[in-house]
Amino acid sequence: MFEYAPAPESRSVVDLKPSYGLFIDGAFVDPTDGGSFKSINPASEEVLAEIAEAGAQDVERAVRAARTAYDKVWGPMPGRDRAKYLYRIARLIQERSRELAVLESLDNGKPIRESRDVDLPLVAAHFFYYAGWADKLEHAGFGPNPRPIGVAAQVIPWNFPLLMLAWKIAPALAAGNTVVLKPAETTPLTALLFAEICQQADLPAGVVNIVTGAGDTGRALVEHPGVDKVAFTGSTEVGRAIARSVAGTSKKLTLELGGKAANIVFDDAPIDQAVEGIVNGIFFNQGHVCCAGSRLLVQENVADRVLESLKRRMAQLRVGDPLDKNTDVGAINSAAQLERIRELSDAGSAEGAERWSPPCELPEQGFWFAPTIFTGVTQAHRIAREEIFGPVLSVLTFRTPAEAVEKANNTPYGLSAGIWTDKGSRILWMADRLRAGVVWANTFNKFDPTSPFGGYKESGYGREGGRHGLEGYLNV
Amino acid sequence: MSERVAVRKTYKLFIGGKFPRSESGRSYLVQSSNVSLASRKDARDAVVAARAAVKGWAGATAYNRGQILYRAAEMLEGRREQFVALGIPGDEVDAAVDRWVWYAGWADKLAQVYGGANPVAGPYFNISAPEPTGVVAVVAPERPALLGLVSVIAPAIVTGNTVVVAASPSEPLAAVTLAEVLATSDLPGGVVNILTGAITETAPALAAHMDVNAIDLTGVTDASLATELEVKAAENLKRVLRPAPAGHDWSGDPGVTRMTALLETKTVWHPKGV
Repeated sequence: MFEYAPAPESRSVVDLKPSYGLFIDGAFVDPTDGGSFKSINPASEEVLAEIAEAGAQDVERAVRAARTAYDKVWGPMPGRDRAKYLYRIARLIQERSRELAVLESLDNGKPIRESRDVDLPLVAAHFFYYAGWADKLEHAGFGPNPRPIGVAAQVIPWNFPLLMLAWKIAPALAAGNTVVLKPAETTPLTALLFAEICQQADLPAGVVNIVTGAGDTGRALVEHPGVDKVAFTGSTEVGRAIARSVAGTSKKLTLELGGKAANIVFDDAPIDQAVEGIVNGIFFNQGHVCCAGSRLLVQENVADRVLESLKRRMAQLRVGDPLDKNTDVGAINSAAQLERIRELSDAGSAEGAERWSPPCELPEQGFWFAPTIFTGVTQAHRIAREEIFGPVLSVLTFRTPAEAVEKANNTPYGLSAGIWTDKGSRILWMADRLRAGVVWANTFNKFDPTSPFGGYKESGYGREGGRHGLEGYLNV
Repeated sequence: MSERVAVRKTYKLFIGGKFPRSESGRSYLVQSSNVSLASRKDARDAVVAARAAVKGWAGATAYNRGQILYRAAEMLEGRREQFVALGIPGDEVDAAVDRWVWYAGWADKLAQVYGGANPVAGPYFNISAPEPTGVVAVVAPERPALLGLVSVIAPAIVTGNTVVVAASPSEPLAAVTLAEVLATSDLPGGVVNILTGAITETAPALAAHMDVNAIDLTGVTDASLATELEVKAAENLKRVLRPAPAGHDWSGDPGVTRMTALLETKTVWHPKGV
């Protein structure tokens, strides 16, 4: 590998406070019945800040603030004016994007190149996109007078903290709802900086409330009787529990859950491009991506060639300091996640698959896992069935398009899929048959605010993004 | 000259295009007839039939599905007097025929109305289109026995889903007669499967079934049963249509939501380039 001089992004742009309160009714407040926890930098295990943990009473306060804001301010406000607040927020995000990107990389462990070039531009774009919908809802195809639902409880994961916040808050506010959002306990910091941005935008108090905490806080929030809508992104297991908990209520539910996507490479695909797509599919964001292409299905007659190229390419990946602009793969988000990746990888070896990683020096401090592939994987192996949510790729082979479809769909999940081939008719034939909400053909892991995203089967229901994304926040 | 003795009809289940009795051999007396009392095993058999029919029905062209459903409306119109003889008001039969025709016409329109091109910020072709979710379990409304039934079956199947319907327990004859309509409409076997009997027996089996993709609880009037079914449905994250708390108005404009609730949106990306 070429030697590069380190090119670290400066941390000085971020002004970290020693501790953060809850953001309720437009102000940062101390929790009344909760404790606190620490958010750490997963690349160094350094404590970044002390974070308030919201208890049931705090959740109650936040929901009440959201209700009042919905009844008195945000609900009655003309869409044209809601739009202007959302445009303001979008602009503030653009203006403060470097600060947000550095903070995201510090708290999450993702490479700065990614938070700067992917996450933040998409976050701002998402607010811009939905801002424009706020005064055009009657033209969105949901009837002449679509109404908001009320107070939305939103629980988001740690893999794209600010982007998932944008996916949740932007359409909710555009449609006229108010929100109480709980960020993940390992990545609360950018959500709290977003709260400051709401203040800076003079967003009316109570329209956005941020309650930090772990599973108990999330449960108190989604089970709160004053909530009209629940939106969750995270694991299928928690999604199931939420679906059970809202049963028998009138709460509207959308879920964006796990995945085990097949990335299918045919023998006529341009191998170099396909290899780039495979690498992007599984090693982007350390594989902490629900739609990651974690199962490579490669046509048998080109499997050796593809694997050889893939290994050569993997040896070029730079794993290390997330703030270094050269870094391709950053830190695993938490000790618990690292443990899960290790456990499943060990199961892969134990079940007979062959494990390979490039020679790769990992930092001493922090949570790290080298990019890894398993070959000789069968459909019965745990690493072919369970979501690993890490930089671990399972390689399987196929002979015919029909076999590729069969294997790709052989999973309870259905979030995404990839197809690599030069033949247009085959792309469309495959795309018709893959049971997945997003199909990337000759590309992978592309996102856009106008493009609906969400799963089939146990990957959840509802769509985020595009005109479709409004539906989950309107009374239709 | 003695009066002619009528040939009576046996009312049975409708599974996979055939009319079997309940595998349990049970029946119950309702509307002066012995009607099959479907078991949990019948429900599972119906799911197998519905699943087997998905590939052909979802894979049929939208035009073809529309033609077949229109044909069903023709058959329904032709049997008007049969439904009236079962006690269904003539107006309701007319409304049911009209409702069926209305939905039939949606077959080749919904993808344009509900899908479309997405203007992404990059050199990509990007398009979203609706697809059927798969096998849908439906608890039909107790009444109106025909209009309510048609209003829940047609929106589910027009987009390519297949259904297992738990018919009105107190007025099941309209459902079995509708099955005879469907059996003579070129509708492939297994697209619509109809179970008669107790909702408390069939619906929990359907709600818990891991090969059912969605459940429509419209006909569940007992709130605690509805909750129990929704909890069961969460096991494999079925799409759930809850019963309307204030009841349903079957005479008004149905709108598209009964169709769209049972659809998945698939978005396909491809780079543009030379």
